[in-house]
Amino acid sequence: MSALLEITNVTKTFPGVVANESISVSVSAGEIVALLGENGAGKSTLVKSVFGMVRPDSGEIRIKGELIAPGDTGGAIARGVGMVHQHFQLVPVMTVTENIILGDEPKRGIFINIKAARAEVIALSEKYGLEVDPDALVEDLPVGTQQRIEILKALRKDVDLLILDEPTAVLTPQETDELLQVMKNLAASGVGVLFITHKLREVMAVADRVVVLRNGRVAGSTSPKETDEEGLAQLMVGRNVVLQVEKGEAKPAAPTLEIKALSVNDDRKHLAVDALDLEVRAGEIVGVAGVEGNGQRELVEAICGMRPRLSGEVLVAGAPTPDMHPHGVHAMGVSHIPEDREKHGLVSSYSIEDNLVLNQFDRAPFAQGWIRNVATLEENATRLVEEFDIRTPSIKTTAGALSGGNKQKVVVARELSQDTRVVVAAQPTRGVDVGSIEFIHNQLIAARDGGAAVLLVSAELDEILSLADRVAVMFGGKIVSILDAKEAERGLVGRLMAGLSA
Amino acid sequence: MAGKKFSRTWLTPVVAVLVAFAIGALLIYIQGADPLKAYQSLFSHAFGSWSGIAKTLGKATPLVLSGLAVTIGLRAGLFNIGVQGQLVTGAFAAAWAGYFIHGLPIYIHLPLALIFGITFGAGVGLIAGALKAYRGIHEVITTIMLNSIILALVDYLAGHVFQEPGQILARTPHILPSATIPKIFSLPSGFFFAILLAYGVWWVFQRTTSGFRLETVGRNKSAAWYAGISVKRAVLIAMAVGGGIAGLGGGIESLGVIGRFEPTFNTGLGFDGITIALLGRANPLGVIPGAILIGGMRGAAASMQFDAGVAPEIVDLILALVLFCVTAPFLAKWLKSTEVGAKITSGWGN
Amino acid sequence: MKKLLSFKWLLTLLLVAITGYFYSKDGVITSSVVSTALIFGLPLALAAMVGIMCERTGIVNIGIEGTLLFSAFVGFFTASATDSDFYGVVAAVIAGTASGVLLAFMSISWKMDQIIAGTIINILATGLTSFLYKQGHTAPTTSQIDIPWLSQIPFFGQVLFMHGPIVYIGLVLIFVLYIALFHTAWGLRSRAVGEHPGSADTAGVSVFKLRYLNVSIAGAVGGLAGAYLSLELVGSWDRGFTAGKGFTALALMIFGRWNPMGALAAAMFFGLTQAITNQLMFSQIVKIPDQFVNMLPYILTIVVLAISAGKVRPPAAEGQQYEKEQA
Repeated sequence: MSALLEITNVTKTFPGVVANESISVSVSAGEIVALLGENGAGKSTLVKSVFGMVRPDSGEIRIKGELIAPGDTGGAIARGVGMVHQHFQLVPVMTVTENIILGDEPKRGIFINIKAARAEVIALSEKYGLEVDPDALVEDLPVGTQQRIEILKALRKDVDLLILDEPTAVLTPQETDELLQVMKNLAASGVGVLFITHKLREVMAVADRVVVLRNGRVAGSTSPKETDEEGLAQLMVGRNVVLQVEKGEAKPAAPTLEIKALSVNDDRKHLAVDALDLEVRAGEIVGVAGVEGNGQRELVEAICGMRPRLSGEVLVAGAPTPDMHPHGVHAMGVSHIPEDREKHGLVSSYSIEDNLVLNQFDRAPFAQGWIRNVATLEENATRLVEEFDIRTPSIKTTAGALSGGNKQKVVVARELSQDTRVVVAAQPTRGVDVGSIEFIHNQLIAARDGGAAVLLVSAELDEILSLADRVAVMFGGKIVSILDAKEAERGLVGRLMAGLSA
Repeated sequence: MAGKKFSRTWLTPVVAVLVAFAIGALLIYIQGADPLKAYQSLFSHAFGSWSGIAKTLGKATPLVLSGLAVTIGLRAGLFNIGVQGQLVTGAFAAAWAGYFIHGLPIYIHLPLALIFGITFGAGVGLIAGALKAYRGIHEVITTIMLNSIILALVDYLAGHVFQEPGQILARTPHILPSATIPKIFSLPSGFFFAILLAYGVWWVFQRTTSGFRLETVGRNKSAAWYAGISVKRAVLIAMAVGGGIAGLGGGIESLGVIGRFEPTFNTGLGFDGITIALLGRANPLGVIPGAILIGGMRGAAASMQFDAGVAPEIVDLILALVLFCVTAPFLAKWLKSTEVGAKITSGWGN
Repeated sequence: MKKLLSFKWLLTLLLVAITGYFYSKDGVITSSVVSTALIFGLPLALAAMVGIMCERTGIVNIGIEGTLLFSAFVGFFTASATDSDFYGVVAAVIAGTASGVLLAFMSISWKMDQIIAGTIINILATGLTSFLYKQGHTAPTTSQIDIPWLSQIPFFGQVLFMHGPIVYIGLVLIFVLYIALFHTAWGLRSRAVGEHPGSADTAGVSVFKLRYLNVSIAGAVGGLAGAYLSLELVGSWDRGFTAGKGFTALALMIFGRWNPMGALAAAMFFGLTQAITNQLMFSQIVKIPDQFVNMLPYILTIVVLAISAGKVRPPAAEGQQYEKEQA
């Protein structure tokens, strides 16, 4: 087998971060290579370099022996590279057909031949058994279908190399299995597949070879035959066993956060949370497990007053919280670690000092009437930077200049340093380095032990299993099952997440 | 403040001004005049004598206020191009109160006339603010439209309804002595007041919760909403306060310099405010040097034409080039300076 | 959507009925008013096309006013110097293109805030033209071309086929733009870039090049509009004589939902309002002070925006820089 793709010594730095350091990977025809690593390990950056979406600082990328110029997406496509992007590259207001033909449109004279384009899409969809409606607007389609369009787009021109960047993050286990089968079929027909994931099960199921990235470097190269999930995990994290959290027994008291028959729409005005009931007691952590896109985000936003509730109510210590009024909810003692910290959690051009009081700047002791209390602000910031181990040159440094983990610690410090009855943490460790993850986990446990009711929503099942005292499995906008930590066994939770009965 | 940081922040505006003057010199040269002579005349008339400085500071007064009005908007993430209209409205309202209301002592009449200017300027700002807050229409378009509407309206009012009797020109009667701003050592006292106000605005943004609210809205609307700050109210306040300050600037011009309202008196003040605010990097104290520079150029342009035969419009051109250079990021990058920050562009209609 | 569609047709029907009624009463004046509506509406429509071409591809252009002023200036003084209306129009189009390239440069290469970039174009155009302006020049203007046969048709002949050349070129251009935007690969790609640049980039379409191209062509269209103003409609150039048309055009673009046909219809409605006002003033039926007549388009613009705000969806990537590389 000749090498289809050869990446040699590729290095790429972003301001303050070395994303890839001298990485070499190769893929041969008919081979499935898995690129495995934690969030932030540099997997996406590497494949984006191959597809011309990122210009590497140094190193070579060859496809079928031919050198690819940096940033030449058109050239990569012309040489038979197709890519399925982690963030969908689809135009929401256009049809499926328009999205698929974009960039190489069938023409009649100077006009687009829309009939031929439609026929091509239908043929393509039949060939790979990926069903789509060519005339539907992309924005009206569910996430799983959008993923199919992305794949069809990538496969449209007979590709020799298919790159998939975390394609399974939004899929149910069944859809994932179907996709893995598609990958196997493609490889059997001679296509080389480079597949990014951080899920060990998928690697074990399909990969011929595995390249593990850690902190922007190749940490090891192996194959499923030579190792097991345990071994892969060690390579990924660089130490023994993933995420073991030390915590004592929970001492739950009365319910503090009560969600009653809550219904919420998503952005497309489809029902995302369906008459959901859930209780979190003081002194316990309830983890919400589920495949992304089953209403977790909408649930969190509705609880925190950031998304209109259709019906139902959210009570904190028996009192109803206001709808669409995040500050009002916060004032009732609900701390929130938002999923999108750049949008809601922080003002990135503000100093750490200001960010640490963002939702209490106008209260004593941070303000006396109209005047902000500069001395208290500095004192507060100095104390929290120390207490929450925020690595920064100064409290006047802007939040935008910090690393992901330290940004998140600013948010956590602000939210957990206040007098809090309920903590709602959404994906609290996404894009955060391992050291900070451990710290944030310990802070959540400390909040629990301090008597707060903690609701943890995470796409990382490991995080839920290691932190939660009770596990609530969410599927299709409902809590389908609530398990005690002791009975929440991995396989069982996985089946429930897929909508199967236990 | 560290000297190094200070020089880095302010190097861009200084270089921008120098580059603009250099390009301006080239254009004067191409036109067949002597650029050195022109600039020498410009600067000696603006800053070379006590009377020149007095004139410069007089011209700079409304410019400081106009620059402040734009600055407040920028801080709150708004691009208030309507300072021109707000200023003209204030000038008209103050002049009207200055001649129409009789029998008051100066310590009541003068403040009252200025309050008229502030109130009406704020009202015009508030119209644009309300259209933004409640209908989501971008302030850039509404303020531009309001500028034109106001220009036509005051032209009508000064030319018909409130015209000086027996006058052909569109202008109001002269204001009463009880509404005239007195001069201190031949310097218009309005200038000192404008400096004080600039300092006050700076203090509000540095030290108060209101300033923090506006600034948070300007930097991240989602985070502001999330933190319990009303974005709508911030938009209304920023536009009203900006309009009020612009209206005050117009009022000072009417009551301290012109002595009445004439629709043609100040066609560029509001737009110069944009240049001044960006030159001052949206810092309330930063508007002062820009206002003095531009005030001096405006005041001395006519003399320069007399001395060097260069059209006074060269000043407009130089100022346009200043704006171009000060916002050009390549220049900023080259000087390793920090960015102005506020992001203004967004969709028009929602 | 459906409701609005029927509203649109109802309005058209109403307009046709009213026009028909007035035509039966007084054919000459009615034809002349509607013809004037086209003459007044065309520069607005062309200016709106500039906005549409830029914004469909994701660039906000608030510098249209400056483009009009500058290109009208260059067109007029070139025509004056060469004694040729043709060279004047060509020079205006080149000047317009140059302003488009400058906007592209500032907003795409320099990644400047696009509204500030547009404002700079406006202020630069004002400064440069004021400085260079010399009074007392005259220039040859384009002359009316009556299309054989077609101009003989009652009503439509005068309304559509007895105009200067730029009216014809402009109208054809608008239809061409409409078809190109929705039925060619260029149009599909441009719209994709304006909605979701990543989708085009990952399909091998250069966001950078396409934006540059479109903003430059848009500048050329603005140049044509400027030439129309100084060499066909007014026949002279004066400081500030574009009178906010470049800004009104943005409102028409929004009201027309970023669709060339919609913007054309909105521009014609504006032209009609002005033509009717002029006719009423001329025939002394009503007497309104000049200043209020001048205010009308600005007030209409605000009203139009207040009506359409929140009901329309601008191109999603409008005003945003496209950063190819993200960590």
